[in-house]
Amino acid sequence: MILNYAQPLEVSNLTSWLDTFLRSGLPNFWVLFIEFVLVGALLLAAYAIIALILIYAERKITAFFQARFGPNRVGKWGLLQSVADMIKILLKEIIRINRSDRFLFFAAPFFMIVASVLTFGAIAFGKGLHAIDFNVGVLYVSAVSSLGIIGVLLAGWSSNNKYAMIGAMRSGAQFVSYELSAGFALMTIVVLSGTMQFSEMIEKQQYCWNIFNGHISSMVAFVIYLISGHAETNRGPFDLPEAESELTAGYHTEYSGLQFGFYYLAEYLNMFIIASIATVVFLGGYLPIQVHGWDGFNQAMNYIPTYVWFFGKTGVLIFLSLWVRWSFPRLRIDQLLNLEWKYLLPINLVNILIMVILVMTGLTLTDLFPGLF
Amino acid sequence: MNSISKYFSGLFTGIKSLIYGMSVTWKELWTKKVTQQYPENRKTLVISERWRSELTMPHDENNEHACTACGICEMNCPNGTIKVTPKFIETEDGKKKKILDTYQWDLGMCTFCNLCVLTCPSDAIQFRNTFENAVFTRGKLVQQLNQEGSKLREKKKEIPPKSPEGGLKD
Ligand code: SF4
Ligand code: SF4
Repeated sequence: MILNYAQPLEVSNLTSWLDTFLRSGLPNFWVLFIEFVLVGALLLAAYAIIALILIYAERKITAFFQARFGPNRVGKWGLLQSVADMIKILLKEIIRINRSDRFLFFAAPFFMIVASVLTFGAIAFGKGLHAIDFNVGVLYVSAVSSLGIIGVLLAGWSSNNKYAMIGAMRSGAQFVSYELSAGFALMTIVVLSGTMQFSEMIEKQQYCWNIFNGHISSMVAFVIYLISGHAETNRGPFDLPEAESELTAGYHTEYSGLQFGFYYLAEYLNMFIIASIATVVFLGGYLPIQVHGWDGFNQAMNYIPTYVWFFGKTGVLIFLSLWVRWSFPRLRIDQLLNLEWKYLLPINLVNILIMVILVMTGLTLTDLFPGLF
Repeated sequence: MNSISKYFSGLFTGIKSLIYGMSVTWKELWTKKVTQQYPENRKTLVISERWRSELTMPHDENNEHACTACGICEMNCPNGTIKVTPKFIETEDGKKKKILDTYQWDLGMCTFCNLCVLTCPSDAIQFRNTFENAVFTRGKLVQQLNQEGSKLREKKKEIPPKSPEGGLKD
């Protein structure tokens, strides 16, 4: 098993040490309390930091796709650019819009950010770096990540602005459609791995990632998940809700300052969340590459800490999403819905059926070559 | 049957074209960056000769220019950017002659349309590509183009009784 290998750089060493240290002097309640607060604070900090890094990476990669340099003036290679942007956005005024629904207008960004933080908590960043691990993890993630759309719809409704309203409605239609595909793609893998708990799902992929284990069916599910995840984050060719040439800025037209920052942050984090869930479900999560029998190789791979593996895999998927974003032109709304209802959904349904047959008849790779995978 | 085959062929050609598109952008990712990093690359910066950013009146080594103070450029300027102030002097043979006193050009009002240069009958003015024209006050944008103490370059045909000591220096 994986635990047989030395993993000197793991964070779990630190966390278990902290836990025993706290337990040695404090009653159970306070230990839990302190740990909860610590985990919460760390998650929020990670949320903000990952968003800053993503914004920088996105701007750089975008620039490279367009044969430009991207930000390169603030700090070395522009590394401090997104920090400077954050400070600027914190200092900006939060504008009150006349004749808007005040309460909903202020509440909307929180829906967005809370939904994405809740999902963020369920991501396994590495061994021992996993805050929320329900036995229905997949269900939980698809449930709370869909809360964000309420924020979008409320924003569009309460701004009292036609652009915002149309943007929000488009976003709603798009989100509802593609959530279906994303859910079915995840279900395909749930069929394959027989569990909805993320940690178990990851452990099962030690020698054979799910994307290879279910071969054809998994690959199709992976592609569909990436497409629909991409569409859910309102990016790339699916950015109709904020199509700036038609709708100014879509649902967040009227927002400024920190509230706009919330939407901005949530958008980037959603991209990260989609990529990391795809990592966990399809690419073996934080597990290093392992091959049966190659002990030296496995040992070497295990020296690389699990969080590096996780962020590496996620990074590749994020790059893929940016690559798609800068390759394809924006879809029209009818094309968008066509793609979902006429192509992705039927393929997905057939795909689940194929996966069920594969699992029932023992045609997955682990069943076919038990010694190898 | 036909519609079904159309569905599938549409699906696969779609996938093919998407992959082709991504291969194009992948190549684009590694192309050379075209950004000009301006203040750093001042030494190697190439600005087109035809770029119009500063109106000048070329003077030769004798501090002589070709402007006859006819005012055609001033009349043709759509923005009133040019102000030609002539003065009258008396030549040796007693004739009154109009020569240029000051030639003022206001960079801040110029649209760089080139009409003044095109219409000047003596080719006395031309645009340069020196584009770093920023100054701190608007007043500094108004420039006098004729140099201090400069005078009109004499031309052969201009004075009917041909004066031997006349210009033709160029
Ligand atoms: S370029 Fe056009 S606007 Fe400028 S001075 Fe000449 S005629 Fe006037
Ligand atoms: S610059 Fe040319 S057009 Fe203008 S006053 Fe002088 S000669 Fe005439």
